[in-house]
Amino acid sequence: MPEGTLCNKAPVDTEEQLKALLADKGGKTYYHEMKQLDIDRQKLWDTICKTMKSRTKTWLNICARCGMCADSCFLYRINDRDPKQVPAYKVHSTLGEIIRKKGRVDNAFMHMAMETAWARCTCCNRCAMYCPHGIDSGIMISYLRGLLYQQGFVPWEMKIGAGMHRVYRAQMDVTPEDFVDTFEWMIEEYEEDYIGLNVPVDKAEADIMYTVNAREVKHYPEDLAEAAILFNIAGENWTIPSSGWELTSLAMFAGDWEACRLQVESVYEAMDRLRPKRMIGTECGHAHRATVVEGPYWAGRKDGLPPVDSIHYVEWVAEALRTGKLLIDPKKRIKQPVTIQDSCNYIRNHGLKEVTREIISYMVEPGYFIDMTPNREHNYCCGGGGGFNGIGLFRPQRNKALITKRDQILDSGAEMVIAPCHNCWDAIRDLEEEYKIGIKWSFLKPLLIDMVIVPEHMKPKE
Amino acid sequence: MYEFLTGPMFYISIAVFVIGLLFQAIRYIKGLDWKLDRVAYRAHPRAGFKGALRSIALWLIPFGTRSWREQPFMTVVFFIFHIGAIAVPLFLMAHNLILAEKFGLSFFTLSPALADTLTWGVVIAALLLLLRRISLPEVRSLSTVHDYFILALATAPFATGLIARYASADAYPAWLIAHIIAGELMLILAPFTKLSHIVLFFMSRAQIGMDFGIKRGGLKGKGMAW
Repeated sequence: MPEGTLCNKAPVDTEEQLKALLADKGGKTYYHEMKQLDIDRQKLWDTICKTMKSRTKTWLNICARCGMCADSCFLYRINDRDPKQVPAYKVHSTLGEIIRKKGRVDNAFMHMAMETAWARCTCCNRCAMYCPHGIDSGIMISYLRGLLYQQGFVPWEMKIGAGMHRVYRAQMDVTPEDFVDTFEWMIEEYEEDYIGLNVPVDKAEADIMYTVNAREVKHYPEDLAEAAILFNIAGENWTIPSSGWELTSLAMFAGDWEACRLQVESVYEAMDRLRPKRMIGTECGHAHRATVVEGPYWAGRKDGLPPVDSIHYVEWVAEALRTGKLLIDPKKRIKQPVTIQDSCNYIRNHGLKEVTREIISYMVEPGYFIDMTPNREHNYCCGGGGGFNGIGLFRPQRNKALITKRDQILDSGAEMVIAPCHNCWDAIRDLEEEYKIGIKWSFLKPLLIDMVIVPEHMKPKE
Repeated sequence: MYEFLTGPMFYISIAVFVIGLLFQAIRYIKGLDWKLDRVAYRAHPRAGFKGALRSIALWLIPFGTRSWREQPFMTVVFFIFHIGAIAVPLFLMAHNLILAEKFGLSFFTLSPALADTLTWGVVIAALLLLLRRISLPEVRSLSTVHDYFILALATAPFATGLIARYASADAYPAWLIAHIIAGELMLILAPFTKLSHIVLFFMSRAQIGMDFGIKRGGLKGKGMAW
């Protein structure tokens, strides 16, 4: 049986297909069918010939096999220094092997490659900083994911995630109506506490167009309210787009480059439609990476930039604190040992290491902030990046991967971790659940809400 | 034999080396693809240039990057090997005499004592690199025949040169011939093996420097702390 009914090479493009996949609990049938899935070797090799250019070719050819990347990889370190976890090994035994064999690989090989691509690498790109030749194994694993996706060898949740973007232009089945309704409902919930609280929808030429993670709409709607409260307190001229509001891209984790393009174009269309001065995305790392850093390339934008200046939530917070738009009550600053999780996707991969420290300087009483070791662009992945958090099949590997972050937090002595990234936030929640080390974790928004000075006109009249 | 090796073969090997590596560099640049690589190489020349320069320069300084600092043994061995491997062929007095004779140009020359030290450095460092490759599981499992061959190919001219240098008058001519063959073989094979990193190192480092310098944060904040 070459193509399964659920596991096959075709992308998910309809709601019915999505429902069928979701009904297959845990992907039982899906993975069963995968064991029979054939490889379109010609297509695989043709794709490589067309898309593998001198950068990747050179990386594969000149890798000196010196092993200097080994210790840079948290998965190598946490898995008892297994030589099979060395970044160079992971790339050469998968992508390198496909190329040596000109695409003539078998089903068992593709299963091994799938596990390597999604359970032995989170595409955190840390190894790129430790290779004398500047070889970025994370980029090559991401490229490998694209090849595996094309051949149908992709974890069940990733196939669904990419399908969601294709069908809903969101990582979950959240429609534009759901989004706007939820946002407005949340405003109603909080408008008695904050007078004048509102959310302008589709307002043209606002200063800020705010985009979110569908999870907030579906599971954490308070996050939407918190965003609105902070924008209102700061006196920002902001809006949300009724469509093109989804910042995330599970398609990027899945290696579904076509879905990546469709998703990011929906956000860029909202920018073109509403012509805001800036786009600000929520506290999410991969979403920022997808829409702001990689997205312009999927959309074919030659300057490598989104249509309007687009910044991460931490950049806005730093700016609002710096300019006094948000004022913090000094009495309410954090007075317990606290650390910050540096998200790979916007710290290492978008240079925002300084602004997060600037935020800390306003929010934390001097003497209470402790950096993890290592930190900033050298920080380790939370343990759940690149889709790892969401893949049931690789949950045991993921739980082991969390130990790195657990020990970094324990070594810092912090009792709370600020995690302005959904993926990191999840990983830290899960490591607390799994290993019970007695820490708290939080996004920036709820912490800020507790400590900002609310202007008189927004305070409820007694 | 000697006339042939220092005559036609000398020119051929220099030509293959220079043209071959030049070809590799051009092919690399021509094969860059802003859309597939997802780096807007042309759109941000200043940031790209700065990123490329930092990415190359910091890695050329011993202990200049975190990676070098975290692996001091490798760093010391690596730099001893590479400094000698570049300086001795170019600046040895005997080599400069040949260059002056063949091309009418010459560089400054190393004192004999320094040249000896550097050459011993290359050979000893090569042995240590070999030991490292064999003894560390994470390096051994990665290594292919090509990697051992490259190390041998790159070290042979130095080992033979050193033997010739200490050889008796009788043995000297044979070792000199071996030295010239090893050197010319290295030059001829460089563009077609991993020794192509002589230029591709700079290309690859410039590329990743531009990637981080243009796309991944270079336009924000202080730039990558390599």
